[in-house]
Amino acid sequence: MSPNDPVPAPPGPKFRPSTGPLLRSELAIMFRRRRTWAMLLALAAIPVLIAIAVKLESKDNHGSGPAFLDRITQNGLFVVLTAMVLCVPVFLPLTVGVAAGDTIAGEANMGTLRYLLAAPAGRFRLLAVKYLGAAAFCAAATAAVVLAGTIVGLILFPVGPVPLLSGTTVNGWEAEGRILMVGAYVVLSLLGFAAIGLFISTLTDMPVGAMAATVVMAIASQVLGALPQLSWLHPWLFTHYWMGFADLLRDPIVWGSFGSNALLQLGYIAVFGALAYGRFATKDVLS
Amino acid sequence: MSIPGPAAPSGPAIETRGLTKTFGAQTAVGNLDLSVPAGSVFGFLGPNGSGKTTTIRMLLGLITASSGEASVLGREMPARLDSVLPRVGTLVEGPAFYPFLSGRANLARLDSADRHASPSTRKSRVQVALERVGLEAAARKKVKAYSLGMKQRLGLANALLQPRELLILDEPTNGLDPQGTREVRSLVQSLAAGGTTIFVSSHLLAEVEQICTHAAIMRNGSLVAQGTLGELRAGGRARATVLTPDAGAALAVLSHLGLVPDTGHPVPGPSGAQHLNAWLPEVAAPEPEEIVAALVSARVRVRGFSVDAESLENRFVELTGSGFNVAQ
Ligand SMILES: Nc1ncnc2c1ncn2[C@@H]1O[C@H](COP(=O)(O)OP(=O)(O)O)[C@@H](O)[C@H]1O
Ligand SMILES: [Mg+2]
Repeated sequence: MSPNDPVPAPPGPKFRPSTGPLLRSELAIMFRRRRTWAMLLALAAIPVLIAIAVKLESKDNHGSGPAFLDRITQNGLFVVLTAMVLCVPVFLPLTVGVAAGDTIAGEANMGTLRYLLAAPAGRFRLLAVKYLGAAAFCAAATAAVVLAGTIVGLILFPVGPVPLLSGTTVNGWEAEGRILMVGAYVVLSLLGFAAIGLFISTLTDMPVGAMAATVVMAIASQVLGALPQLSWLHPWLFTHYWMGFADLLRDPIVWGSFGSNALLQLGYIAVFGALAYGRFATKDVLS
Repeated sequence: MSIPGPAAPSGPAIETRGLTKTFGAQTAVGNLDLSVPAGSVFGFLGPNGSGKTTTIRMLLGLITASSGEASVLGREMPARLDSVLPRVGTLVEGPAFYPFLSGRANLARLDSADRHASPSTRKSRVQVALERVGLEAAARKKVKAYSLGMKQRLGLANALLQPRELLILDEPTNGLDPQGTREVRSLVQSLAAGGTTIFVSSHLLAEVEQICTHAAIMRNGSLVAQGTLGELRAGGRARATVLTPDAGAALAVLSHLGLVPDTGHPVPGPSGAQHLNAWLPEVAAPEPEEIVAALVSARVRVRGFSVDAESLENRFVELTGSGFNVAQ
């Protein structure tokens, strides 16, 4: 550049407007909150408690308790699966309901919603970021169970070749791979539920109400799923495939429930995502 | 900002036409025609519940107007919200923050919500804003440990994270001590000197009277007056004050001249005298010396006399019905 060139206007650092910073900030806030860590620790405690209880108990508890329970003593990798049987219907919906129900209602309650929108965050962008945050919590919550269960299983019980549900035996590494697949299945299962929580969260300024209503949805869906008179409805319930992760423990793997579950969850994300946006886009922010 | 600023704004910074918001049967803001000149410091005055915050929420696209239109910085709102709001700094219905984050982290969070705000300058912009409101010493404290005044300052810092063309500040001196109020005033003045248009709401005229060039007065959701401070004062009437021990005779003379005695609160004066107040009629008002002459010829002992233009404070109280009564 010659000294005679006109001085260009100070361009400022070049950057493309992006949603990245808001998403990063959302995740940072979520994983900096004490509440998030309390929930993750509570979830991690479940496989630990199961493992300790089994270790202390005598060996003659075959046939009672949750599925997989009696196999733990033979192989530590079953700790995760036993914990999942308890966490998927109860403890995961409880914690995910808190995270998803809080998304919009929590910001409204603190009053920060009006400042985010005045920034301007953009209503669609904010909703998308909030959903991704809730989805990240689904992954973290599941990971807490898988991680804690795997570690405590390795410490307290022998690990070796694992007999699958269909009778064949795989080595420890492949078994751990299957467990990670179970984790992925569980995360997927929770995504539709998180979208329901997001929608409920746009309806109110009271986060506790939104959380409770979201958790109630999970319970109600599972109750309906248990009534044989409503069998026509069952394939449409978002909880219908929740316990289907056992299919990943067969040889060869039965992918049917994975595929149907994925489709169903996508459907729920689409429907409740659209409902949430429909509501939020025109909502009067009076908090 | 990498985008070159637009040419100097020519039209009003804020303009509304028939802006209305109803909540059920209640009209919070009715048929509002507001015009805020670019470059002005505009006081948006009215008692609690008169519709100031509701108007501001409509201007920012937080709530949808029931009818009417609004434009901010020359663009229709809320349709052009994405291009308008980055140029507008706001404080709406008091500050609101994440209590579990520090003041600094809160500003960074709100700044990241604006996708046109450069992440690489975020840290320094947050720092400058904190210094500007005198909060750098408390920047690392969690906001739940802040006093209301500190939160109010942090709210102002949030409005100043970027160079703004317009600041919309809803009751910015709420919760501040007299010193803080003075600081806000001088902050507003320095920003206005830099060319920023400032729209500041308050239920206390005295808080903003010294800094405003223009004002609008709201009552029960309707605009009752707007203009420059001079125009608003000119709309008021003049008032005569007589200091005399002969109250009865003096009032008779004043009434005879067409003045309207203001018998609300007679103020006792020295040695049995009273301060009497009376409004001069708006048309054909007698000159002050004529009033004195009439009083004297009626043998009223005049110990003091003055005619004053009504203070803006009185005008405000008169227009809003009452200074402090909360509207229904
Ligand atoms: N969410 C709401 N629902 C019903 N009425 C409301 C709501 N928000 C404000 N109002 C009413 O609108 C009127 C104006 O309120 P507001 O704009 O907050 O007044 P100001 O800011 O001047 O104190 C008040 O009478 C208030 O009761
Ligand atoms: Mg208000």
